Amino acid sequence: MNRAYYDVIVVGGGPAGLAAALSAREHGAARVLLLERNASLGGILNQCIHSGFGLHHFQEELTGPEYAERFIRQLSGSGVEVLCGAMVLEVRPDRSLCAIHPQRGYLQLRAGAVVLAMGCRERTRGAIGIPGTRPAGIFTAGAAQLYMNIEGYQVGRRAVILGSGDIGLIMARRLTLESASVEGVYELMPYSGGLVRNIVQCLHDFEIPLHLSHTLTDIRGDKRVEEVEVAQVDADFQPIEATRRAVPCDTVLLSVGLIPENELSRAVGLEIDPRTGGPVLYENRECSLPGIFAAGNVAHVHDIVDFVTSESQLAGRSAALFVPEKNPRRCLHLQNGEGIGYTVPQRIRPENIENNVEVFFRVKKVYKNATIGLSSGDTLLAQYRRERLAPGEMEKITLPRKIVEKIELNKAILSVKEGISP
Amino acid sequence: MYDVAILGGGICGCSLLYALSRYTLRCVLLEKENDVGVGATKANSAIVHAGYDPMPGTLMAKYNAAGNPRIRELCSELDVLYKQTGSLVLAFDEADRAQIQKLYQKGLANGIPGLEILERSEVLAKEPSLNPDVLCALYAPTAGVVNPWELAQAQAEVALQNGAEVRLSSAVLGIRRENDVFLLETSDDMLKARFVINATGVASDRVTALLEPPSYTIHPNRGQYFLLDTTQGGLVRHVVFQCPTKKGKGVLVAPTVHGNLIVGPDSDPAEAHDLATTTEGLSYVRQKALKSVPDIDFKTSIRNFAGLRARSNLTDFVVRESTENPGFYELGGIKSPGLSSAPAIAEDLVQRMGKAGLPLHEKPDFRAERRILRFTHLSAEAREEAIRRNPAYGTIVCRCETVTEGEILDALRRPLPPRSLDAVKRRCTAGMGRCQGGFCGPRVQAIIARELGLAQEEVPLDRADMYILAGKTKDGCCRKGDAPNE
Repeated sequence: MNRAYYDVIVVGGGPAGLAAALSAREHGAARVLLLERNASLGGILNQCIHSGFGLHHFQEELTGPEYAERFIRQLSGSGVEVLCGAMVLEVRPDRSLCAIHPQRGYLQLRAGAVVLAMGCRERTRGAIGIPGTRPAGIFTAGAAQLYMNIEGYQVGRRAVILGSGDIGLIMARRLTLESASVEGVYELMPYSGGLVRNIVQCLHDFEIPLHLSHTLTDIRGDKRVEEVEVAQVDADFQPIEATRRAVPCDTVLLSVGLIPENELSRAVGLEIDPRTGGPVLYENRECSLPGIFAAGNVAHVHDIVDFVTSESQLAGRSAALFVPEKNPRRCLHLQNGEGIGYTVPQRIRPENIENNVEVFFRVKKVYKNATIGLSSGDTLLAQYRRERLAPGEMEKITLPRKIVEKIELNKAILSVKEGISP
Repeated sequence: MYDVAILGGGICGCSLLYALSRYTLRCVLLEKENDVGVGATKANSAIVHAGYDPMPGTLMAKYNAAGNPRIRELCSELDVLYKQTGSLVLAFDEADRAQIQKLYQKGLANGIPGLEILERSEVLAKEPSLNPDVLCALYAPTAGVVNPWELAQAQAEVALQNGAEVRLSSAVLGIRRENDVFLLETSDDMLKARFVINATGVASDRVTALLEPPSYTIHPNRGQYFLLDTTQGGLVRHVVFQCPTKKGKGVLVAPTVHGNLIVGPDSDPAEAHDLATTTEGLSYVRQKALKSVPDIDFKTSIRNFAGLRARSNLTDFVVRESTENPGFYELGGIKSPGLSSAPAIAEDLVQRMGKAGLPLHEKPDFRAERRILRFTHLSAEAREEAIRRNPAYGTIVCRCETVTEGEILDALRRPLPPRSLDAVKRRCTAGMGRCQGGFCGPRVQAIIARELGLAQEEVPLDRADMYILAGKTKDGCCRKGDAPNE
């Protein structure tokens, strides 16, 4: 059996894995292996044929495949070894892996450091329990996107979309452009889960109605979806009887959330943060087992690929620089105070910070003129202002090292409130 | 002219075809759908009951007791997923305890081996995640879990290999008897048979009515379920029941042979095609199940489904030969424990037909052989060997269930090839996992199309006409290397 050693092995060849592998190589890892389960690199970017990628990273507006192509091109000549069609079946705590590949067979590999970049999957009907029949015509938005943009098939003629996540919004426009009618987007929450620019460019521009505080209460149809029942929900998310109405359609798209794909992470025994659904991460994107790093949507779901790239570059760099014996003395826990859904990283080791550390977070509801505060003990260490915060839009703050060093008792709390505090 | 025609390709029909295929007979099975095992057989609790529940002296008691060990043998012979888990019926108060004692007595009368009444500490030692309020439980070591649709497929496949016929998408529209021969009018043919067995489940009274007034009526009864992710599959090791009520055996919590956790069913009268799940039904199931196992994480639910019990107006199974039309056999009201009983019913019925004149000469070359390569079950060495032998075992198509392209191709090349996405799922679990085919669905569909020589749009989700795709996009496929369609 193949038992090759690599300095860094990256699991997953989507945007996170591409950036991590390149960065690991740039930061001195001599042997870097990138494993991708599909036949080609790029991950979900390949099916995202709309534009809007790269505004931060390249200051250009690219499509998903174009964005991926920039990194794939850098790979050739970089010295990174790429193996597509390879599925990792197991990662072990000693950083050995097993994978299978049709030509290379059953691979046993060892690595100095591992970067997990498996991405995420979509929440399905079963997870949210929409009642009704089980006819054809019910798709997760991403599956419909794959059928339309990669395979070239139309998935239906008259669609209803549940959930206002970004993929659902993008698909509302895509279906419309393929001459299907989109009867409406129904969102359980009183606010959209997607980016504002997608609401405007995908719904408003095409006169597709967005029904907030609405849900699907029934799916009907024998062989193919025939209609759905929708209803407005009350403050406890319970359907309001009088608002139930039938909407004829042949297709239901679900855009009801993404779940970081952490089966390998769980099996190897990484500590998982139930708020992100991903591994608990340190400032350098290391997980709870030494030498195993994670980046991109496997760690927490991003809205914008550019942030996946920068986070993954950090993870790749950290993996290249990983030295097993080195054990930083201090570890700070970043806790979620009022209004904060999660932070990444969850833990910070001050001596690993050069100048500052970026903290990504999501809020639990919509805020206007928000003040974000970092406090430790009774001391407010730093404040940040934002005009608008929404759960669908990931935010970040930058903590200078000198602030991090002021954190007492290894514990700091991030919180958010409406309005400007004195 | 057939010796025997079986109507209905559920677990009863397939068990019958398999039992008959041992003999030098010409047999055919007619199934109205495009696959076998797709009615009640695919939507039930997947339990092989020990047999303490049916009233002693009934057909249910007789066939359940005989069927339980027979299924164990069959699954081993035909490589069908089965696990002898044992079962527990929980009692939470003295009234429940009295019920459990009654079940125990019935079990003794039915000849069920190994039954024990366990007290709280013994129960919790066996099954630590149970509600600690449990008082005692009836333990039945011979209960198990099975893949019910695979048991139907396997029997049909082996019967086919031994010369029997299966006609899919073939509904029976008329039955006549002329000169001791039955004439069966199907959706595309007319065929003749000396013996006919009606094993059409929820449709059986209507199918009998094509020939004669049925001796019973079917009143379908719907049960709804949750299937939870494999992360929950280890929560219980036994099939965990509550005390039976008038409505049925109550809500159970059980591991499945695929490593998931199944929770259900409720019980509600329904129309014969009503397989919808409801908010009320599912919330009832959830509440009841939490009484047995308080830590079930319903957020890990990957699918809800409903099945229909072929409940009749009678309390017992109907297994009888028509008096008006000798040679016509009815299997009716085969509700729970129908799955557990089916192979025993089939073998008994074949012997009865033998006494009624069906010549039962064993085939000298009969072979009960079926072996399935399940990649996830293989050792590292066996995986390496499998990939070397056939590189298709080195490509994972379904990432959630770790199903290789090789296994999908095997399924498509078996004696009863699947014709839909769900039929492939029912043969090799591709698409059965937590993403529910979101990632692998299109790839599996493409493989089916390629293997069966169909256009991808022609491959349905499940039953015929359950179309997934509504045509091509304006530019068609833009995969690398493919020219856009005209």
